[in-house]
Amino acid sequence: MFSAMPDAIKFMLNNELREVSHLPPTTTILQYLRLQERLTGTKEGCAEGDCGACTVIIGELAGEGVRYQAVNACIVFLPTLDGRHVITVEHLQMNPVQKAMVACHGSQCGFCTPGFIMSLTNLLHNEPAATDEHIQDAIAGNLCRCTGYRPILDAARMARKASARYLSSDITTLKALQRKNMFSYAAGGGKFFSPRTVEELAEVLGQYPAATLLAGGTDVGLWVTKHYQALETIIYTGNVASLQQVRETPAGLEIGAAVSYSTAFDRLAAYDESLEELLRRLGSTQVRNLGTLGGNIANGSPIGDGMPPLIALSAAIVLRSKTGARTLPLEDFYLDYKKQDRKSGEFVEKIIVPAKPPDMLFKTYKVSKRFDQDISAVCGAFALTLKGDVIMAARIAFGGMAATPKRAAKTEAALQGKTWSEATVRQAMAAMSLDFSPVSDMRASAGYRAMAAANLLYRFYLETTGAKTGMRVYNYGQA
Amino acid sequence: MAKLDGAAGFIAMTKADPVTGQSLAHDSAVLHVTGTATYTDDIPEPAGCLRAYILKSPHAHARIKKIDVSACYRPGVHAVMTAADIPGVNDVAPVFSGDPVFADKEVFYAGQSVLAVAAETVEMARMAAQKAVVSYEELPAILDVHTALREKSFVGDPYTMQIGDSAAGMAKSRHRLSGGMNIGGQDHFYLEGQVALATPLENGEMHCWSSTQHPSEVQHLIAKVLNIPDHAVTVDVRRMGGAFGGKESQASLFACVAALLARKSGRPVKVRLDRDDDMIMTGKRHDFHAAYKVGFDDRGLIGGLEITHAVNCGFSADLSNAIADRAMFHSDNTYYLGNATITSYRCKTHKVSNTAFRGFGGPQGMLVIEYIIDEIARALGKDPLEVRKVNLYDAKGKLGQRCTTHYHMTVEDNITQELFAQLEKTGDYHRRMQEIKKFNAESKILKKGMALTPVKFGISFTLTMLNQAGALVHVYKDGSVQLNHGGTEMGQGLHIKVAHAVADEFGIGIDRVKITATSTGKVPNTSATAASSGSDLNGKAAQAAARTVKDRLTAFAASIGKENLPFKELVQLAYANRISLSSTGFYKTPKIDWDRQAARGRPFFYFSYGAAISEVIVDTLTGEYTILRSDILHDVGRSLNPAIDIGQIEGGFVQGVGWLTSEELWWNDKGILKTHAPSTYKIPTGRDIPKDFRVALFDEENQEDTLYRSKAVGEPPLMLGISVFLAIKDAVAAVKKNPRLNAPATPEEVLKAVMG
Repeated sequence: MFSAMPDAIKFMLNNELREVSHLPPTTTILQYLRLQERLTGTKEGCAEGDCGACTVIIGELAGEGVRYQAVNACIVFLPTLDGRHVITVEHLQMNPVQKAMVACHGSQCGFCTPGFIMSLTNLLHNEPAATDEHIQDAIAGNLCRCTGYRPILDAARMARKASARYLSSDITTLKALQRKNMFSYAAGGGKFFSPRTVEELAEVLGQYPAATLLAGGTDVGLWVTKHYQALETIIYTGNVASLQQVRETPAGLEIGAAVSYSTAFDRLAAYDESLEELLRRLGSTQVRNLGTLGGNIANGSPIGDGMPPLIALSAAIVLRSKTGARTLPLEDFYLDYKKQDRKSGEFVEKIIVPAKPPDMLFKTYKVSKRFDQDISAVCGAFALTLKGDVIMAARIAFGGMAATPKRAAKTEAALQGKTWSEATVRQAMAAMSLDFSPVSDMRASAGYRAMAAANLLYRFYLETTGAKTGMRVYNYGQA
Repeated sequence: MAKLDGAAGFIAMTKADPVTGQSLAHDSAVLHVTGTATYTDDIPEPAGCLRAYILKSPHAHARIKKIDVSACYRPGVHAVMTAADIPGVNDVAPVFSGDPVFADKEVFYAGQSVLAVAAETVEMARMAAQKAVVSYEELPAILDVHTALREKSFVGDPYTMQIGDSAAGMAKSRHRLSGGMNIGGQDHFYLEGQVALATPLENGEMHCWSSTQHPSEVQHLIAKVLNIPDHAVTVDVRRMGGAFGGKESQASLFACVAALLARKSGRPVKVRLDRDDDMIMTGKRHDFHAAYKVGFDDRGLIGGLEITHAVNCGFSADLSNAIADRAMFHSDNTYYLGNATITSYRCKTHKVSNTAFRGFGGPQGMLVIEYIIDEIARALGKDPLEVRKVNLYDAKGKLGQRCTTHYHMTVEDNITQELFAQLEKTGDYHRRMQEIKKFNAESKILKKGMALTPVKFGISFTLTMLNQAGALVHVYKDGSVQLNHGGTEMGQGLHIKVAHAVADEFGIGIDRVKITATSTGKVPNTSATAASSGSDLNGKAAQAAARTVKDRLTAFAASIGKENLPFKELVQLAYANRISLSSTGFYKTPKIDWDRQAARGRPFFYFSYGAAISEVIVDTLTGEYTILRSDILHDVGRSLNPAIDIGQIEGGFVQGVGWLTSEELWWNDKGILKTHAPSTYKIPTGRDIPKDFRVALFDEENQEDTLYRSKAVGEPPLMLGISVFLAIKDAVAAVKKNPRLNAPATPEEVLKAVMG
């Protein structure tokens, strides 16, 4: 039995220490800022983390320094701020980003502007020599309906010429706020637990098996803000130190379940540049700062972009509970629509991604209406092991094509043992229609999904057999 | 640089240092970047303020059998309103009747307002509203224009504009084509959703902060639903977080709900929609189905043309008739049609009532004719630009036989030939077209395309009455000036443009001029800030007000023989001598005269022009695409503020590109909108704009007497986005002869075009 006494949420808000003990655990930072603190510079545009108008910066201790990240305040629950520093637009004093936005006419109606200011301030604090690509990535989660973005991009380019120190925190106070043991919070009928160790996590989950496990909250947040679910008990994995680690092991890359996409990004991107593109298109900077690979996997959405490449790469997951741990291939975790093989009291501990063998051809592709921050119509991943030009093994997985992330077994069979040639590819494309009966919805029709998925296999063939011209429209013309 | 005081002397300064024409920053720019600009939801709520939630219809069409709200009354709930509780008239329609505040007996779209609850928090209000028992009997629903046409379900009478004899023209033509296309709607996606804060005052009066483009209409409709005179209602608007037409008529419902609940509870009430409710409950750009028949000669010259629009108006008229008219007005774009018949059906469906959106029907009308020109060119194997040139109206100053529109107005100011000539050169059109052909011959999967398209957009409300404006200018004893006018600020920079005019009229620095919230108590009976007319109308009215005060000051200065006094001293002296330092101003647009019955006349004071070249690259395996380059040359007359104008051009263009590419509205077969948040409805992001984006202003003053010879800029640039749509079609044509492409050209739609 754990015995943590409920405590107040303690954090820094701009320059001041705050202790909150009366608000329900599902209160979002945005609600808190606007309604409790009357800090109205942070705006609500969508309440689902897709427009960036509510962007704030969160600082957390990292060694002797502070790591700053832009997040969407509309989907972050207040108790996750415990021990951290939240910075809002009111804290900034006409910094170079703000001045450049005025000089470049980067605001029209001005409603999205504070969000852009926060995203760009955070970027230039972390990356003083930000490239245009960094700038685009930093604002991919900020929507502007007035300007057409050009003046905002110009403002960012102007601001990066100024060498400014944008952000700072009271490290002494932040250090004093750090907890060694699980943080417990209770108010308004809701409970919130933030364990520090895997053991604490297993223990508290054992006690509250029906609790909602909160990793990044980029989906769980929406259960509250969009579906008005009352989450009685929340267990937050974001402070479990060992779940935050990425390690190289003989079995492959081990990614703790609470590692954010942003943190996992570079390591996973090393598998292939197509995986880098996919990760960059997964949500936005704000979403990737919160969202975790573990959460994506455990959530089991059929349109989550993490699963197809991981399944193609033969990833496994480790599930842990009070009574022990088990490992299973990732694809076996998915039983049916949003139904996973997670038993009561179990949580995803880590993901193991085997190293890519040198003779493996691998690509992953996402198709959506918009390049940035869109949910896939189809997401496909292809891994072939060749001996000469004969296909020894094929692993092909898709999102958006079935009720779960799913391998294309018949397509794989059509490739197995064949020569990697256009004729083989055409046969495999035909076989794919036996693997999937996708649905029609607002993202795409069934017919388009099927055709695009088959064509992605063809693209994979072209790209891995030395097509001379570039194959992608998005980076066309870039070196 | 703007001067901060009038030290150089009043009369001399007027000529010396005008701010008009300078790229001053938006008057609220510093407030925007510091998060201190106050939007309606940021205003500190008065004590006891309640929050409201509106319960929506789950059905597209149903009879309401019974509403029982007794379970809504829970702790924290202060008022519940249904149609039966409205003291006045249950209608917030802008022109014709038929937009109820709360559904009465029948619901006409999924998302329609049924009842509302005011409670201490929005969560309490929502939970209470969901306790209401509403029983429905579902009725058959008309969900598309084809069914509406078949069942003759219309919100207004069909309407035709005609010139010459289209049938005879087609019969005489050597070539003929016919076809049709679907044009999708568009959600406004203003970043600030609909919001209003109503405060009950003494003696039954009401004050309302509303995020609206049309405070006078909100004032009038609050009075109407409360059954009180207009003078008992004051509506204020400081700024909107975007509007784009979506707050022209759509803000009224929410302001009226706030006012009704405020009246009933006796407490201030705020209504603020979350994004999903906003997108589900409010009207959008009209989706169209257009059909056409065209006859033309070997050069592509149009000899006869028939276009039929089926306009999806949704369940009520709202502004649809004027919007459908404007689509017809723009069915020529920059081309002389000669023998043409344009017919429009205003279809009534069980969907949200579609409404004003930047361009107001013009974009749909223009897209159809540009598509037809493209089809003609492909049928003849010509560059579409050649066919465009052959069909242009006569150029300004060279008017001949080809200058009369299908509504019998003479186009006197056409500058398209000159725009084309400049843009072909600066955009390197011909060389790039050759390179594209070469690229396409070598590239198997990726194909490039390019298109140059023009815009000619008519400026004036086509309901002539609306082309009037008022302003109020106060000069205070310290020489500072307070400016109020009937226009509203939604980000377009109207206030700074009008302030320019007032500062220049007085010859003082712009910092002396304070722009205040738009208020029905200061300037009455205003028109909506719409139809791109904001600065044309309100700028002139404010200039007139300033001129009245200035004339008094000048006369006074002459009377005392002191003509070079600093402004501040002159004002103080004038006050001491009992000279009035305040004036209203009024303006009405000259020359316009439109006879709708006869479909003849001059609905527009002038036209704004522009042209764009866009080049795209398309992936023929997936239908994905990227805009490689866009060059825009746009006509704003003599620019009042080049930075603000370029902002409108770029922003309008990107919004137009969004409409025609990634922004897809998707309803299920029950008529329920499934794209009601940014997770599912995709407006452009920073990476979607052209990789190479070049925008220039066409340097020529308006030949009509507008404010400093400027031209309206709000709407026209949106239609430059058509260049991207037709560039995509051009790229698809590299793999598929004469492809069909519907809008929006999502990757799915493009792949469909590729596959045929």
